[in-house]
Amino acid sequence: MSANSGSASSHGASRPDGWEAVIGLEIHVQLSTRTKMFCGCEVSFGDPPNTRVCPVCLGHPGVLPVTNEKAIEYATRIALALDCRIAERTIFHRKNYFYPDLPKGYQISQYDLPLGIGGHLDVEMEDGETVRVGITRVHLEEDAGKLVHAGGTTGRIDGADYSLVDFNRGGTPLVEIVSEPDISTPDQARAFLNQLRILVQHLGVSDVNMEEGSLRCDANVSIRRPGDPFGTKTELKNMNSFRFLHRGLEAEIERQVESLDSGERVVQETVHFDPATGMVSSLRSKEEAHDYRYFPEPDLPPVELDAAYVERVRSALPELPPARRARIIEQYGLPAKDAALLADNRPLGDYFEAVTASTGDARTAANWVLGDLSAYLNAAGVPATECPVSAEALAEMLGLVRDGTLSGKMAKEVFEAMASTGKGARTVVDEKGMGQISDAGELEAIVARIVEANPGPAEEFRQGRDRVLGFFVGQVMKETKGQANPQVVNELLREHLSDSGG
Amino acid sequence: MSVDTTGLTAYRCRELLAGGEVSASELTRAYLDRVAAVDEAVGSFLLVDEAGALAAAAAVDAKPLAERLPWEGVPIGLKDIFCVTDMETTCASRILKGYVPPFDATVVAKLRAAGLIFLGKLNMDEFAMGSSTENSAFAITRNPWDLERVPGGSSGGSAACVAAGEAPWALGTDTGGSIRQPASLCGVVGLKPTYGAVSRYGVVAFASSLDQVGPLTRDVKDAAALLDLVAGRDPRDSTTIGLSEPAGRPERTDLEGLRFGVIKEFGGDAFDAGVSDVFASAVDGVAALGGVCEEVSLPSVERGIAAYYLIAPSEASANLARFDGVRYGHRVAASDDLYEMYVRTRSEGFGPEVKRRIMIGTYALSAGYYDAYYAQAQRTRTLIIKDFEQAFARYDFLISPTSPTPAFKIGERIDDPLTMYLSDLCTIPVNLAALPGISIPAGFAAGLPVGLQIIGPHFSERRMLEAAHALEQRLQVDTVPPLAEVTR
Repeated sequence: MSANSGSASSHGASRPDGWEAVIGLEIHVQLSTRTKMFCGCEVSFGDPPNTRVCPVCLGHPGVLPVTNEKAIEYATRIALALDCRIAERTIFHRKNYFYPDLPKGYQISQYDLPLGIGGHLDVEMEDGETVRVGITRVHLEEDAGKLVHAGGTTGRIDGADYSLVDFNRGGTPLVEIVSEPDISTPDQARAFLNQLRILVQHLGVSDVNMEEGSLRCDANVSIRRPGDPFGTKTELKNMNSFRFLHRGLEAEIERQVESLDSGERVVQETVHFDPATGMVSSLRSKEEAHDYRYFPEPDLPPVELDAAYVERVRSALPELPPARRARIIEQYGLPAKDAALLADNRPLGDYFEAVTASTGDARTAANWVLGDLSAYLNAAGVPATECPVSAEALAEMLGLVRDGTLSGKMAKEVFEAMASTGKGARTVVDEKGMGQISDAGELEAIVARIVEANPGPAEEFRQGRDRVLGFFVGQVMKETKGQANPQVVNELLREHLSDSGG
Repeated sequence: MSVDTTGLTAYRCRELLAGGEVSASELTRAYLDRVAAVDEAVGSFLLVDEAGALAAAAAVDAKPLAERLPWEGVPIGLKDIFCVTDMETTCASRILKGYVPPFDATVVAKLRAAGLIFLGKLNMDEFAMGSSTENSAFAITRNPWDLERVPGGSSGGSAACVAAGEAPWALGTDTGGSIRQPASLCGVVGLKPTYGAVSRYGVVAFASSLDQVGPLTRDVKDAAALLDLVAGRDPRDSTTIGLSEPAGRPERTDLEGLRFGVIKEFGGDAFDAGVSDVFASAVDGVAALGGVCEEVSLPSVERGIAAYYLIAPSEASANLARFDGVRYGHRVAASDDLYEMYVRTRSEGFGPEVKRRIMIGTYALSAGYYDAYYAQAQRTRTLIIKDFEQAFARYDFLISPTSPTPAFKIGERIDDPLTMYLSDLCTIPVNLAALPGISIPAGFAAGLPVGLQIIGPHFSERRMLEAAHALEQRLQVDTVPPLAEVTR
């Protein structure tokens, strides 16, 4: 899979034991098109088995595929966002192999004329270093169905009493992204995958959810002494979370190091990560003795993607995270860390910008969006787009804070009420009688009365004991049930305390 | 009234129905009676849907004449390669025994919408692989002109049933000659349209880049009509374009101003002398009608069979992978593991010729052999396309015998695949070049029908059918076999 030889390790981190890992990732992204890749069935997740199927995606005799144009567009978006070159003419191939989840006995995929080639993704590591990972290719294919193996101990097809197939997923559009072997640590691999996930999420073309399988990752792993040619690689599968990707790579690298250190060889094979044991194990060789006999799919004409089409897709791309990060820093003067948090989560970033557009106060908006709002969204498990408090509603509430109607503390309470009831800020404030008393006239009488009733402390203040002011503020708050504007109270108290002595 | 179906064309059926001379039920009954009378001897049908046909005919009769569509109530036979909702579709293979499609092929849906009556499913070589219909897993079909001989193939049932008067017309498919060669051997008309003229959706795939649906009929007019009924772009088949113009009803009776290239490579010693004689007098007929005939060489067509027997099996090896016993069709009774289930299901389900082609195709696509075989065959295909392009720069049409020999004896070639493959020498290059071709009856060699093939440029169906009609009128070949004498 390597097109750019063994020079990938400019940032290659060699390990304390002197070995260096060489990692390339193969990522599958399930596209969130309305219908499947080659038929009109709805793409769905979690429906009863075999309810989203038709003769085409079940591979009945005589059926023919018809390419989903939306999937072509989505794949083009991904390829462009990864700075790939888009093929003017791309074709589908048949990849032949037998498996019960593959109804036609071949998968319609792409081979030597993929949709996108030669891109890259810059991955920012936590230490501030940037690792550029080359993208070999981006291509489109159809997903297989899902097997459920009953009985047996392995959960795999061998040894099962019987197996059932659910073809709902069969034919779902998949984009395969193949990276160059430019990754040298599990940390980098995880960061790359996360960055890619954020990017694809921004493009609005996939849910990119590893748990639900809309984002899948396999790895090609080998080790070598720095400067040496590539070692024998293994293909590591079944890492269905970011954590498992990291752990799987660590385990596989460790296994290879142990093999080579003890004088054994690494065999080119597919290995399986078992999250339960944290171990990798070899798959049976029969399953991988594949000659896929690729040949051009005669049922589908070539797809022509002319310059005008590519330009149209490119110009419709949303602002991507790196650009947005830079703009947020530049336009709103936010710190880099906040900018990254907002830029990497598209709904949250959009929410922030909408609030700021209403209030004109980016700093406050960012504090709220990254603070209380994020805490609420995380707890509720919903994206910002589904937040019961709209950006406009939050902006309205922040307006009440600015004009002194609400204190910071009251605002938190109002926000919680807004989130749980979906009501507007003004409504919540009115219903709860929470309006802050900022009217100097109204407060003045109270302040005067309290100062008069406490001559002792008043005298202490005048002696220069500033701390006594807190006592008076407390008294006023008690009197006003906490609704007095503290700033106004402070000013009035200072005025009265010095007056009465004068 | 009772109808004599022998010699009856679809246009004549339509006239009888439109004139109220016969009801759709009477017409359907007449064909079913003919099937009952002769099919034990001929063996065209794998399935006769008597109840379905009569019910459909009764529904037509319930409609006033004025409200009927032009072809409503005319019966038709369908090669068993077309998926028909609720009608067993086997492709003459054990592996599909019992398979009942939940959908209509696009062409079937079109015929249904046009009101045609489906008499049943017609025999064929298993998965359309063969030139004699002997590769059917279920039945032998006999040539109505000589019951000791094959009807050709793979659409042998379709050709035989039309020749025997068991249906006015039939639908077949042609991957390397599977419509034209049996039409030639059975003395009927067979048309293979330009690739992309007719939808392949719901037609069990043999070789996707070569397969095309077409009519088998008693005369050229019927072929044009059936073509118009089934042709057209289909959103379910991305390789369809449809016809550039409808074929209409051919009326032309001369060939003035037309230039015919006689393909040099399709003649000579390999050809039966009787066939060559018939072809020579047909060429005279072309000249007599005002057409200009010249010999033309297309050197690459001689490599057509070699290229075809790599490309078609390669595509077939993938197309037939879906018959795995998992979802439908035959599955081995018991097996210990998945691999064994696959192997035994497919070993039991496929016949020898199908297995041979799956193995050839699998081999030709294998790592290390792809360039030498599949890719090389595709390069040869490009050469053949170019040869035809050059020829059509000088000629309106190309002509040749349809098949090097008339019908051969049952069993004669079944153990000699290479000789069998030669049956399609003249027809295969037409598929490789995606061109339209038609076989029309041109005469007889020792009492057996001989067909003439006319090949046209892409999407020239209308003009090609006009020319075929003119020649047909000139040649006046008898298309009714003396079959009645040998039926019970």
